[in-house]
Amino acid sequence: MSNKFLYGAAMALVLTACSGGAAPKSASSDAPPPGKGKAFDHDPFPSTYKPYPGVPTAIVHATVYDGEGGRIENGTVLLADGKVVGVGGADLAIPAGAKLIEGKGKWVTPGIIDVHSHLGDYPSPGVEAHSDGNEATAPVTAQVWAEHSVWPQDPGFSRALANGGVTTLQILPGSANLFGGRSVTLKNVYARTVQGMKFPGAPYGLKMACGENPKRVYGGKGREPSTRMGNVAVDRQTWIKATEYKRKWDKYEEKGGEPPSRDVAMDTLRGVLDGEILVHNHCYRADEMGIVLDMAKEFGYKVTAFHHAVEAYKIADLLKANGTCAAVWANWYGFKMESYDGIPENLAILHNAGACVMIHSDDQNGIQRLNQEVAKALASGRRAGFQISDEQAWTWLAIAPAKALGIADKTGSLKPGKMGDVVLWNGNPLSVYTRPEKVWVDGAMLYDAYDPKLRPVSDFELGQPGEGDVK
Amino acid sequence: MTRSTLLRSVGGALCAALSFSSLPALAETIAITGGTVAIGDGSQPIENGTVVIANGRIVAAGAGVAVPASATVIDATGKWVSPGIVAGVSTLGVMEGYGMSEVNDLSAAKSPFSAALDISTAVNPNGQRIGTERSAGITRAFVIPSTGNTMFAGQGAVIDLGTDPDPVTRPRAFQYIELGEEGMHAAGGSRPAAYALLKAALGAAANPASADFVSKDALITRQDAEALAPVLRGTQPLLVHVERASDIRSVLALKKQYPALKLVLVGATEGWMVANEIASARVPVIAAALIDLPEKFESIAATQSNVGRLAKAGVTVAISNADISEGPYESFLPQYAGNLVALTRMPGAQGLDWGAALASITSKPAAAIGMDGEIGSLRAGRRADVVVWDGDPLELASHPTAIFIDGVAQPTVSRQTRLRDRYLDPVEKALPKAYER
Repeated sequence: MSNKFLYGAAMALVLTACSGGAAPKSASSDAPPPGKGKAFDHDPFPSTYKPYPGVPTAIVHATVYDGEGGRIENGTVLLADGKVVGVGGADLAIPAGAKLIEGKGKWVTPGIIDVHSHLGDYPSPGVEAHSDGNEATAPVTAQVWAEHSVWPQDPGFSRALANGGVTTLQILPGSANLFGGRSVTLKNVYARTVQGMKFPGAPYGLKMACGENPKRVYGGKGREPSTRMGNVAVDRQTWIKATEYKRKWDKYEEKGGEPPSRDVAMDTLRGVLDGEILVHNHCYRADEMGIVLDMAKEFGYKVTAFHHAVEAYKIADLLKANGTCAAVWANWYGFKMESYDGIPENLAILHNAGACVMIHSDDQNGIQRLNQEVAKALASGRRAGFQISDEQAWTWLAIAPAKALGIADKTGSLKPGKMGDVVLWNGNPLSVYTRPEKVWVDGAMLYDAYDPKLRPVSDFELGQPGEGDVK
Repeated sequence: MTRSTLLRSVGGALCAALSFSSLPALAETIAITGGTVAIGDGSQPIENGTVVIANGRIVAAGAGVAVPASATVIDATGKWVSPGIVAGVSTLGVMEGYGMSEVNDLSAAKSPFSAALDISTAVNPNGQRIGTERSAGITRAFVIPSTGNTMFAGQGAVIDLGTDPDPVTRPRAFQYIELGEEGMHAAGGSRPAAYALLKAALGAAANPASADFVSKDALITRQDAEALAPVLRGTQPLLVHVERASDIRSVLALKKQYPALKLVLVGATEGWMVANEIASARVPVIAAALIDLPEKFESIAATQSNVGRLAKAGVTVAISNADISEGPYESFLPQYAGNLVALTRMPGAQGLDWGAALASITSKPAAAIGMDGEIGSLRAGRRADVVVWDGDPLELASHPTAIFIDGVAQPTVSRQTRLRDRYLDPVEKALPKAYER
């Protein structure tokens, strides 16, 4: 905590120095260049999230899935100072004074990470006044940031925590646009401001979309794009602009001179071209993913993950070769033409091919049952003949989405030194009869099924029928 | 009998079914032995039970049931046997996808008709969704139209998901009406507008001779009024979609003015707040399963314990997969039912025991529309919709190994399994994938 404050103070000094002296409005060509990536603040809405206090805790006698494919029977997980400090078998020494949590017959896993959510941007109640997820006024809106739409009082966060065991989630803009805008990664902890929920140090994402949605939304308005080829044409024109923008700013930052004009949309795309912002691309069909992968090569960026990707199984080898992940549902299919070929073995086929794959929800109800989605995908895979263990399947909820969000060094598995984001399940979490019993975020117990005081109630639900009820 | 024998016998029955799809398979006598049998009527599962099917109906199910000498025996040792799942609110057969208006017969906003619309005329048994959902153990569905030009959506149908060409079990099985947030929009903008039109429409149905069907001020067509006559008489159930506690009370009050109405509440997310009133009115509920978010202002008090609390109050309660956003998948029903069992282990929550949970997706939806003598359980005389599962039917890993509808073996393959088999290894071989089948 103190380190974070020191870092923040240091940044503030740097920024003051920048705006106060090094880059005045009328910078002349003899001003020293600011240096790559340093001409302006890349984090103007910084995280103010602070871990809540926890107590040194030892969960004992539980079955442990570490989130990276490991499993320990009769295992022990130790938490202290907000971190995982030990994971092992019954022989692991328990520090004196640690609060003991009996886990016999129960399971311990890392907190679930949902790489695709719209909580806060499309909150409950879903009234028109809350429709803040798609800036559907132009096909390229890279300038919008999802965090500026997040309503931190969305009751959905509490359900995702208590029923879903979700501790981290990425909030994405919708898929109406080719370039939907910046995503934000949150800790699933209520706060008064979105900054208070922002995952410290998580990189930004850029939401892109291919396929039916952009062409339907803008074709319906009689403008480009109205076809899939129109989608790709607008994409490429935009990347050409972004490349030019990046060239100008790189030149200025490295060599100095007159600063180019700022453009909020282009800032984000430059961040992608610099590898600082990760691309999360809504795409259903295999052939379209193939086009996008080549477009990424053309402009020198990487697609971190295709989302939804119901036909990813058809190109598992191509995804693996490109190092691009697929974030998928277990068995959604046939709800629109581009999802017609969805199959429940999608996840397992990708896993078997060695591709990076994970579960996602894209849904305020589904986010409460991501463990069940994994159980279904796993069972379908096994029926198709793939040998996948339960603990391997848990990577689809843990380390795989952590990697896709660029936070695998901080959370996503039970490894000493990582954030104490942990779920204690009241049974086998791949059974329909199991629910989270306790959830810790950064070592603080923020949900306990046995303690109604540890049941978060958003401002919206306060004073309403059903306030504080089990949900 | 070993697993492979089971597969062969089911395969044989399947070939027969496909070769003579409308004729002799019905007459076949089948005994499914050795499995854990769940009747679907709310009772707990019976180990080492037997289910006997003849002439497309259940003859007997349970422990100690004799196997007729003529029966084809299917060994279900280590497996579970249950009635087929009944989807209480469904779009199967009339909608292939939301983004495809070309294959969507749910609503007709530009039609002059509403209550008269008969969804049974649109059901296509060859749609991909029917085959896929059937292979997950869904055998019957209540196909429900959506509102168009009024809050009357029209007449729904009960269908089977079999491969036979006639999917309709009961056409015009019920009338469907929206009287909550969706209803106010469809009726012109408010709940009072919906109730005013409802009163006018039922008035016209009661006295068609004195109703105005011809002037430009006519509120309803003659055909719509005629369609509402059986609702008024109570010979056709009226399914009413409402969520809010106060809306539920308004609907229950209709019984005072129209005592013959056979009301069924659909949705009823805040039903737990008025559970005793619903119970004493003897109105069954097809509840939206697992809704626990105030996604609308009419469902502010949503909780997954709604179903359990309604059942505890004595309400006949089924669950549907409607109004939950995880896709329109009837195959999620066993998972939702299983979640209700999970609630029984959560402090402060109210769930269902296993037998009641299975009943909520089999006999209870059937009972809600007065068809539990016909479908939804393995009790003697019911249509032989039977599923053999490789495990507990409510568990996430379980899947059907054999499916019978009206006693006829159904394929367990679907378009999805065909795609799976083509792409188990995604890489092309000697010829393009288009040649692999």
